Amino acid sequence: MGAALYRLYWFFREDVGAIPGRVIAFVFIALIFLLPLVNSEPYLLRILILMSIYIIFAVSWDFLSGFTGVLNFGHAAFFGISAYATAMLNSNFGWPAWATIPVGSFIAMVMGLVIGAPALRLRGIYLALVTLAFPIMLQGLVYAFPDYTGGELGLFGISPLAFSRIAEYYIVLIIMLLSVLIMWKLTDLKSKMVRTGLIFRAINQDEITARACGTNTTFYKFLAFAGSGFFCGVSGGLYAHFIKVVGPSTLELLFSFNAILWTIFGGMGTIFGPVVGVCLLFPLTEFLGVHPLGEEIRFLLLSVVLILTLLFMPEGISVWVLDKIEAECPRCKLTNYARRKKCRACGAQLHLEHGGE
Amino acid sequence: MLIQILITGFVKGGIYAVLVAGLSLMFGVARILNLSYTGFFMLTAYMVYIFSNFTSVPLIIACPLSILGTTILGVVSYRLIIDRVKAHELTVMIISLALSMLFQEILLIIFSGDFRGIPPFKEGFFELGGVRVAYQKIFTIIVSIGVIGALEFLLARTRLGVAIRAVAQDRETANLMGINVNRICLITTGIAMALAGIAGVMVSPLLPLEPHMWIPPLLVILAAIVLGGLGSLKGSIIAAFILGYVETLVVFLIPLGAYLQGAFVLGVMAAVLIIRPEGLFGLVFEEERL
Repeated sequence: MGAALYRLYWFFREDVGAIPGRVIAFVFIALIFLLPLVNSEPYLLRILILMSIYIIFAVSWDFLSGFTGVLNFGHAAFFGISAYATAMLNSNFGWPAWATIPVGSFIAMVMGLVIGAPALRLRGIYLALVTLAFPIMLQGLVYAFPDYTGGELGLFGISPLAFSRIAEYYIVLIIMLLSVLIMWKLTDLKSKMVRTGLIFRAINQDEITARACGTNTTFYKFLAFAGSGFFCGVSGGLYAHFIKVVGPSTLELLFSFNAILWTIFGGMGTIFGPVVGVCLLFPLTEFLGVHPLGEEIRFLLLSVVLILTLLFMPEGISVWVLDKIEAECPRCKLTNYARRKKCRACGAQLHLEHGGE
Repeated sequence: MLIQILITGFVKGGIYAVLVAGLSLMFGVARILNLSYTGFFMLTAYMVYIFSNFTSVPLIIACPLSILGTTILGVVSYRLIIDRVKAHELTVMIISLALSMLFQEILLIIFSGDFRGIPPFKEGFFELGGVRVAYQKIFTIIVSIGVIGALEFLLARTRLGVAIRAVAQDRETANLMGINVNRICLITTGIAMALAGIAGVMVSPLLPLEPHMWIPPLLVILAAIVLGGLGSLKGSIIAAFILGYVETLVVFLIPLGAYLQGAFVLGVMAAVLIIRPEGLFGLVFEEERL
């Protein structure tokens, strides 16, 4: 027991405490877990639940586009198809939430494979515009068959996720953390278990070389599409059961762009970037909406904030901040706190006098 | 019905062609996908609305003034914002989208979300084979043909046009030949914004004005650019007419067609791209290596 505690202490001291980025992540997770004990106002929890759902949504976009470089402009297609499938299964057949969300996610995953098929022939901006077409075509279908889809009003009468707001909060929170953890592990460059992180980056940087090295890039592209579709489907299903109304707005163009916007704002190709982006931008717009004057100008303010941020930190806000507080040791590649003079492991000088080799 | 479809399709296609010419030019020369483009198109339409409703400036002065205003705004926004983040392709897209949203919100605050309209520049119509054709539509058709002709002339016959085409083909070589690439990019942006302005003026009496009107044409012209083949001006103009007719046919022939316009336009684009990945008139490049 004592030995285990001692190891835990060393883990926190060496693997969390020494790296500023991890300290921030740890404090953030602890805060969102403990928050309902301090303040369980339903409105606040509602915003945090939606925030968690959108985190899964944005991270799943980053999982596909940030790493493989396959720009997906129609991410709402996954979200919407899963939300509609979940809603239909629940309100027509009475399936409970634990059954509808996996089925909805599975359907979104199949949708990912369908959208992924043209990805084999197209690249860059061409592919981006084909993916743009899918949610709009789905939206056309929604309007064309109002008997099944509810048309403009959408589907309602969906059963809630759980009976109390706090239970819903913890369910969504745990699913969010799990999804983000899985996607983070899958794209981790230094991972010893899976090679996907390395291969996704290789596809982004030079697909031909990756193929020449014997990687089946087709398979990995499909994998990225399927994974992204699946996790986006999870967020769509959670959304359907939480909001309890699914309308055509889940397939809207601007909704797809929201995922891109949050991710670019936070930092693309990082997994933690979209989390930061959603956590900063989504509550900002929601809290501004409460105030009568804020309601009018919130999107105005949002676009100004966005333009200014991107002008001064085009890599995204989280990458910019991490650059300021973390430094990589030039000898052993270990991440250090930027104010240190020497690497905490090998003692090499962190900052060279003349800035560069 | 047939004549009506032909004329409506041509009007739509003409407006899209003028719009797409600018975006295609900007994409070919400056290598950026400026999504704020249709935002400027919307701004011009609103400027014409302001001139015709709140001032007594005659239209013949108001229209060029609106186009000029849009061009200046467009060039300034390019210079101040987009030029600085040019290196990051996606950031350009997001920042230009944010710019369009900024315009949308400003217009929403000033004019609210109501639909507004401008009376036609010239009232009346004539009959063609039993169909009433408004003068406004004829005016739109003539202007769009004229503008595209003028653009062709500019690109094919003048020194500036040669410089623009040279930059589009190969930036580095153009630079070595003594062409100021940055200035050409700026001039091209100016031309493109003027084209957006012209399209905005043409559209102002035809469509209801509302702050979200920049989204549907943006989709269509993006589809047209890709359908025609990136960097091919001729291809994208032809694609604009094709998509204009597709939209018209869907609206006229399919019940609830107005909802399905976007779906059909993008469906056509996706189908063509899957069969012919380089677009209708695009060149086949060897896969690019870095």
